[in-house]
Amino acid sequence: MSSTARTLTIVLFLVLVLVTLAITIWANRQTRNATDFYAGGRSFSGFQNGMAIGGDYMSAASFLGIAGIIALSGYDGFLYSIGFLVAWLVALLLVAELLRNSGRYTMADVLAYRMRQTPVRTAASVSTIVVSIFYLLAQMVGAGSLVALLLGIKEGQTFLGLTPTTAKILTIVLIGILMIAYVVIGGMKGTTYVQIVKAFMLMLGAILMALLVAIAFRFNLSSLLGDAAAKSGKGAEFLEPGLKYGKDIAGNSGATLVSKLDLLSLGAALVLGTAGLPHVLIRFYAVPNAKAARRSVLWAIGIIGVFYLLTLALGFGAAALVGGKAIAAQDPGGNTAAPQLAQVLGARYLGGSTGGAVLLAVIAAVAFATILAVVAGLTLASSSSVAHDLYANVLRRGQTSEREEVNVARYAAFGVGAVAIVLAVFARSLNVAFLVAVAFAIAASANLPAILFSLFWKKFNTRGAVWGIYGGLISAVLVVLLSPICWGGSNSNLPAVKLTATQAADCGVPTSSTEVNNATALFSCTTPAPIPFSNPGLISIPIGFLAAYIGARTSRERDPERYAELEVRSLTGAGSV
Amino acid sequence: MATETPAPPAPPDEGRYRALQDSDGFGALRKAFRGFVFPTTVAFLVWYGLYVVLSAYARGFMGTKVVGHINVALVFGLLQFVSTFLIAWLYARFASRRLDPVADQLRQEIEGSEQQ
Repeated sequence: MSSTARTLTIVLFLVLVLVTLAITIWANRQTRNATDFYAGGRSFSGFQNGMAIGGDYMSAASFLGIAGIIALSGYDGFLYSIGFLVAWLVALLLVAELLRNSGRYTMADVLAYRMRQTPVRTAASVSTIVVSIFYLLAQMVGAGSLVALLLGIKEGQTFLGLTPTTAKILTIVLIGILMIAYVVIGGMKGTTYVQIVKAFMLMLGAILMALLVAIAFRFNLSSLLGDAAAKSGKGAEFLEPGLKYGKDIAGNSGATLVSKLDLLSLGAALVLGTAGLPHVLIRFYAVPNAKAARRSVLWAIGIIGVFYLLTLALGFGAAALVGGKAIAAQDPGGNTAAPQLAQVLGARYLGGSTGGAVLLAVIAAVAFATILAVVAGLTLASSSSVAHDLYANVLRRGQTSEREEVNVARYAAFGVGAVAIVLAVFARSLNVAFLVAVAFAIAASANLPAILFSLFWKKFNTRGAVWGIYGGLISAVLVVLLSPICWGGSNSNLPAVKLTATQAADCGVPTSSTEVNNATALFSCTTPAPIPFSNPGLISIPIGFLAAYIGARTSRERDPERYAELEVRSLTGAGSV
Repeated sequence: MATETPAPPAPPDEGRYRALQDSDGFGALRKAFRGFVFPTTVAFLVWYGLYVVLSAYARGFMGTKVVGHINVALVFGLLQFVSTFLIAWLYARFASRRLDPVADQLRQEIEGSEQQ
């Protein structure tokens, strides 16, 4: 990275930090009571909230991650985009409006509506915190590596006296402090405006780049795809599913089956996870009524859909104009594909190397904004749940003042943020991108069954909710702990891979070793995983639904009057706050 | 609080909401709502599942060229976008025409009687 681009990147980062902090301080003056803090005073319009949902939802994994997967592995990145988008129909049709009508601040408000408060709110809060921390870790560790890459600090070099390791740690801590500040000072209002600003930046950046890609290929999609496939060296296969997910492994039907089922498992978690993500669910409370909640989801579907269409152009554009080799040389995960594409496009269309540096810096700032908005949303969701569910309703049984509850939420944001910072610093060199998919799988397995049964099934009860949440949560985490993500050894279903010198050294085996299936496994490279799937969804989602069903069936607790109240209120909006 | 008070405690007449739940007006609203969202959910999940399964197992079919370098996989993927936008639009239209008027009226009746 040239020094112009680096200076400009740092300037833009600083501007972004100052603008978002100014918004947050302004929002602080508008925050007077619990509804302001938790739900932004329910004052946002459908359009504003739709943009904020987009800003909350489209993480760096969406922007840099999907563009990178498409740039390196072709079509398979598109599978992610489609899952992430279609998932919004579950939220639109089954969850958003009913939640808005019957809850106040958190996911647990709806789950505990007709149940015993203590066990259900505790379970919902545990699940909210686990999902949010996993998602936070993925974002923060990713941000650490990303900022080092965006500033162009390579191994063995220093920048302002910082080695890549210290730069990573510093970035993680800085992002942690910023997200705590947004939430503690600005609450839901501050967080929402940060997310709206980010959504606009992300859309403008993506539209500009996609437009330049389109100009480069004279608005001819087929020639873009043709060039991308030719330059990838993989030919037509680059444009078909199967290079990354659900691989066909010649002569090994067991391994092929495992790989295909893993793809189906990923697909299930993506489409069912969104409507169970706590930081997405609390956004439905930031609008005045259910109709506005519906409109905000419609806007969200619009901008998220358009954005994922644009990533197709960005990913294939990067493959065609930058090339997989140059991208993998910077980051084997492909996360720098979009910034590298920006540099090439800027140089070609915006005036030589300066233009390249400018567009690169702008896109780097967009990526930074993207991360900030998402981590703020996650911190808000978990601290709201700690304060409103655990403190106010479990610990104090509802006997607490609003002021006290909001203060606890602010302390909780400090706590959650601090835990996330410490964990992210320790996990900084691990490959944690998988945690986003795990967070979706937990949301789909633990939260969604309980939410749907609560809203639609008369006989659902406390035991069903508790069993469903813990059953889905524990099974999803357990499957991951027993999966190739943690245990990288090879066996008949997990064929050995060719190792690079670095990977072999990391694993402590010779490069000729045939013992390793996943060289980036967390616990061991040579012990084979007891469960061959990396995505827990196919196992844990059915367990979550089944546990919720069996729990409800084996308990005699029924409260038809409260269910009637929940159903009438959720569909008509009567008595909603 | 200035902007928000907790929902009023349920009136002592036990069974009030069950009566509302059993009323013809609410029954019609629930039927209309479930009649739209349940079949639609099943339909889009099956349609999405088909796409994922074909991506996993029907590589030859998905790789068939349609025009130039554009293949069935890409068209199928883009159709998932089209169907998502279409369903969202259909639901919005259905809800504002068929659900909202009924829900609003029921809400007014319920809240009106709660204030008395």
